[in-house]
Amino acid sequence: MNKESRRNFVKKTAVLSTATLATTLPVDAFANVTENKKLKISLVGCGGRGSGAIVQAMEADDNVEIISMADVFSDRIEKSLKGIREHFGNKKKINLKEKNIFVGFDSYKKAIDLCDVVILATPPGFRPLHFEYAIDNGKHVFMEKPLATDATGVRRVLKSAQKAKEQKLNVVVGLQRHYQNKYLDLYEKVKSGAIGKIVSGQVYWNDGGVWTNNRKANQTELEYQMRNWYYFNWICGDHILEQHIHNIDVANWFIGDYPKSAQGMGGREVRNGKDHGHIYDHHFVEFTYPSGQIISSQCRHQKGTESRVDEVFQGSRGTVTLGKGEISSLDGSSIYKYPISSSKDANPYQVEHDKLFASIREGGEINDAFNGAKSTLAAIMGRMATYTGQKITWDQIMNSKEDLVPDNLDWNSPPPIMPNGDGRYDVPIPGITKFI
Amino acid sequence: MIQIYKLIAVIFPFLLQSQEIEKNYVQDLPIDGFSLEMVYIPNGSFDMGKDSTKSMDYSPSNKIELSPFWISKYEITWDIYQLFMDQTNFDEKENFERADFIDEIDGISGPTTPYVDMSFGMGKKDFPAVNMTHYAASKFCEWLSSKTGYYYRLPTEAEWEYACSEDMDNLIINDYSWNSSNSEGKYQKVGQKKPNSFGLHDMLGNVAEWTADVYEKNTYKKRRKKNPFKSGDSKYPRVIRGGSWEDNPSNLRSYYRDFSTKDLQKRDPQIPKSLWWNTDAPNIGFRIVRPLNNESEKLKRMFWNYSD
Repeated sequence: MNKESRRNFVKKTAVLSTATLATTLPVDAFANVTENKKLKISLVGCGGRGSGAIVQAMEADDNVEIISMADVFSDRIEKSLKGIREHFGNKKKINLKEKNIFVGFDSYKKAIDLCDVVILATPPGFRPLHFEYAIDNGKHVFMEKPLATDATGVRRVLKSAQKAKEQKLNVVVGLQRHYQNKYLDLYEKVKSGAIGKIVSGQVYWNDGGVWTNNRKANQTELEYQMRNWYYFNWICGDHILEQHIHNIDVANWFIGDYPKSAQGMGGREVRNGKDHGHIYDHHFVEFTYPSGQIISSQCRHQKGTESRVDEVFQGSRGTVTLGKGEISSLDGSSIYKYPISSSKDANPYQVEHDKLFASIREGGEINDAFNGAKSTLAAIMGRMATYTGQKITWDQIMNSKEDLVPDNLDWNSPPPIMPNGDGRYDVPIPGITKFI
Repeated sequence: MIQIYKLIAVIFPFLLQSQEIEKNYVQDLPIDGFSLEMVYIPNGSFDMGKDSTKSMDYSPSNKIELSPFWISKYEITWDIYQLFMDQTNFDEKENFERADFIDEIDGISGPTTPYVDMSFGMGKKDFPAVNMTHYAASKFCEWLSSKTGYYYRLPTEAEWEYACSEDMDNLIINDYSWNSSNSEGKYQKVGQKKPNSFGLHDMLGNVAEWTADVYEKNTYKKRRKKNPFKSGDSKYPRVIRGGSWEDNPSNLRSYYRDFSTKDLQKRDPQIPKSLWWNTDAPNIGFRIVRPLNNESEKLKRMFWNYSD
């Protein structure tokens, strides 16, 4: 979407929602309206995604400024600032004061204190802590998925989500399919019965995997894990959570519920080097939903294998395939195809921020945190099913005592997991690894 | 027969060299079974651009003289591009959720890339590679040069237009190109349409093609003469030629100029954007050129690295 049409879109939404608000909300709901105020944004977690998100925030609203940036690594902040400045060129000046750049494990507090809206884009292990602090201090939030790496973190996020609701704070979660026109269009069609009741489905995130950051000579164990975070569960949560949450979340969304149980299998067959921590490279999970639907979920990080990132659902009368945006009858003949190619459609990463800032401006309430937390939990349930080799129920996982992330970390803290003598980490083993 | 050649080679080495060299050849690649067909384009002059009374970026036309070169008969396919990807460190140390973009068109995935399928499911084997950045295409040329010992680079805009040949503008376009009227919404295997007068396939349509030049609207007003090339150190805008499977047949012209913008990475959710991949260029690929005359190291670096 170009800038002009996006503006129009925001304006239209604004008119519509204000009208709705006026008739349904009590007067005090307008307490958070910040129609003309310059909004101050802080970025917590200055990696590639966080830097992308703050650029989108800047493009969503003209009257905003970056007030502060925080990360555990100063080089990430420098790189991020450089990227942001390069992106805007002469079009926008980024006047970030040196004293508002914060480095360290507790840097998030200072950055959040200074802002109206915070972008939380660190690796997911830190999200519960950061989200809690942001909400306790009355800030609007954009945060990346997933929202935690264990059930303890999920419960903490749910608590803060409730607080955010009470305080009428806006919370957008980077499960951007909810902001993608193709998905929204097909969701409406499925909801109005285009394929009948969903009975089963398949969701996929199969590809070659992501980067590694190899160990460097002068690194402490904790710094190494923080740099190579994708491969450590306490920070990342395994790829069934970190990436595949997108697809599991779409299943939850389209079915309108969360799975009641999960069972499956997984392991690390190919990606099992010293720099690959202890996460699996494949999981295959069967999720069963309260009203009987079965969703097969597969995620694989193996180079040279077939790639597919997609969601497919079968109903009593037809099939919807989200990837190609198509509804077909049970015999496979096409009934409907979403007409706009993704590269010509609105950019969902931008729409997330357009909606967030429009909502902040008009005193609206978006709260994606409940769903974000529950979809996070569903993916964790899948992970614990493959790690243990046992069937895990929603009640079990909701009450799981697993607590991977220590509070009050600093550079002298012992890392939550340590390597063995040979420099490798204990990998979960089905049948032996216990559910906690 | 071989003996006679050997004899000639001893007595008249220059004769054999020119006979051997100034013709089409097949460039074998480091992996068994892969090769690139290169077509010889002799030196010549042509009218680059087209005169128009309106202010168009292709007007006025310039009388351009070009030194000889070879150009690949087909657009570079995924099969070939994959060799480059397999041997290059594409790891960007970033959690770029590239796979989010594999939702364009359903299809049977062929062999996949080491990281993610950037063909958007449109096909791999014998299909043209797309979605690589201009920089990545330039680096492919550097890689190929290092592997083969011959100097390869992207075509200049002038070389591209000359190799396309203006004859193409007067032919039945659907016999020579995949475009929006016959492509069924995706790129097609290379080399299925009739070749142009040089024997090159898919110069117009199928995938649009990167050229080395920086785009400048007023370039033609400078009345350039010989081997023109507009170098620069910027990612955007670079000249794209030939139109693609997405274009209306009336937009496929040997002289039409297009150029890259930031929008080609619109859906890359990260900053800085990927050095190697565009997220919104499923219609842009490239072919390669080998100049007959050697070029300076400085110029080579310009072609491969954007700066000397």
